[in-house]
Amino acid sequence: MTDRKKRRTLKILGATLGAGAFARAIAPLSALSETTSMEELLQQHYQELTPKDLQRVLRRLEAETKRDYGVDVTIEDVPPLEGVQFAYALNLSICIGCRKCAEACHEENNHDRGTGNSYIRVLEMDQGSMDMERGRTDYDHTVPAEGKFYMPVQCQQCENAPCVTVCPVEATWQEKDGIVVVDYNWCIGCRYCEAACPYHARRFNWNKPDVPAEEMNPNQAYLGNRVRPQGVVEKCTFCLHRTRKGRLPACLEACPTGARVFGNVLDPDSEIRWVLENKRVFVLKEELGTRPRFYYFFDE
Amino acid sequence: MQAVLLKHVVQANAFVAHVVVAVMSVLGALACTLGLVACSGHVSAEPDRAGAESPADASRSSDSPRYPVEIHMPDVLRGIRTGTVDSLQRPLLAPCGSCHASGAYALRERNDPPVQGPHAGLSFRHGELRCGACHDARRAEALHLADGRTLPLVEAMTLCGQCHGTQMRDYRHGSHGGMSGYWDLSRGPRVRNHCIDCHDPHAPAYPRYQPAPPPPDPRRRPRG
Repeated sequence: MTDRKKRRTLKILGATLGAGAFARAIAPLSALSETTSMEELLQQHYQELTPKDLQRVLRRLEAETKRDYGVDVTIEDVPPLEGVQFAYALNLSICIGCRKCAEACHEENNHDRGTGNSYIRVLEMDQGSMDMERGRTDYDHTVPAEGKFYMPVQCQQCENAPCVTVCPVEATWQEKDGIVVVDYNWCIGCRYCEAACPYHARRFNWNKPDVPAEEMNPNQAYLGNRVRPQGVVEKCTFCLHRTRKGRLPACLEACPTGARVFGNVLDPDSEIRWVLENKRVFVLKEELGTRPRFYYFFDE
Repeated sequence: MQAVLLKHVVQANAFVAHVVVAVMSVLGALACTLGLVACSGHVSAEPDRAGAESPADASRSSDSPRYPVEIHMPDVLRGIRTGTVDSLQRPLLAPCGSCHASGAYALRERNDPPVQGPHAGLSFRHGELRCGACHDARRAEALHLADGRTLPLVEAMTLCGQCHGTQMRDYRHGSHGGMSGYWDLSRGPRVRNHCIDCHDPHAPAYPRYQPAPPPPDPRRRPRG
């Protein structure tokens, strides 16, 4: 075989291998296009979207929800309010552990019906203790049980949020009203944030959420309660689709005893201010330096 | 240090006839309270804003109109349920006076036999209190305060508050009793529960009940 012939054979072999490898390499892309549109794939980070692009994204998401769930929903971009810093307080003396808050969260935020997911866990602990590790969340008896107290835990909307720090793609950040949000379309689902959160406040969507059409809450926000895609992390947003329009969070409205207090800490006349100024409030795991804006207190 | 302001109150319209509206008025940082007055057939005007301070760092709500804070009015304060409903499917109430027309009526004592008639089934587990501690023996639709002043039934919260002061204080500051509606009163109204929505005045301990099913706990969940 002449050198020239050998070289030609090698070329052909190389080209064939190369083409095969390329086809193999882009194969996932064709599978991707079945569930993900090219538009979605090329979408910018929420904070970099122009108002026009954002509107286009919102309409696309509405159409996708219609296609996948058969419901007409409104997905809005609800920006933070000027002069508002949210804070939440919870009176452990009157919480009875009924889980009405967790249930309301489940419905309000379009959580997956199959898993019964919620952003709120209610810990049952022995009176006189504060051992969260031993707090039970799966109690199933009449409440409040003798000798127990109940502590609902959800996102603490930390000023110094470990979940935000660890995100490798900046898909989660704190907004200026204090709410830590996730761009569900930018999240890569690495779950670093879930591991970093000392309050176990983040959830991962293992499955595509199953929400029956008639149970879908159609009032949705891009950074809030719209149906999250499979494979991304989600979290409590203080019901920003409600609270940024002046309404109370769903978990507060559902609380039958009034253990929950929510409001704008910059308003000196607000209920939350009164609680922070007059009750002996504390935060969870203060020693971690996360600086939560979710407070707990007991009555004297 | 709390100045109680009895504000305008409202007979709600035909659709919300069970609700009496009390207006929450905010005067400065510390004196924030509310009060109830019997309905008198007019709708409350815009809340009085005179005296409301507007510091430089003012909250958003202090320079815009404020919506009212309503207190839900339980129908038992207006009469007794007859077991029938009106054309709007609301329970039909019989005013106390329809039976207790003569005014004075007998108050039950501790060892009396169980109540019969329309009030049958009432349980009495409010500490050591007897009927006469709250009810006025001369008028069925009236209560009386500890100092003897009579009080219309619809103002029952004032009576609750004279013993349960800390709860009343917390309620006034929004940290007891629950609410729904708007945290921002410049954007919409708020509805508060009445004491007796949650606490039966005759057996006020909050009942125990079965909680909603638990959501998954990420600490204990290997893979969904």
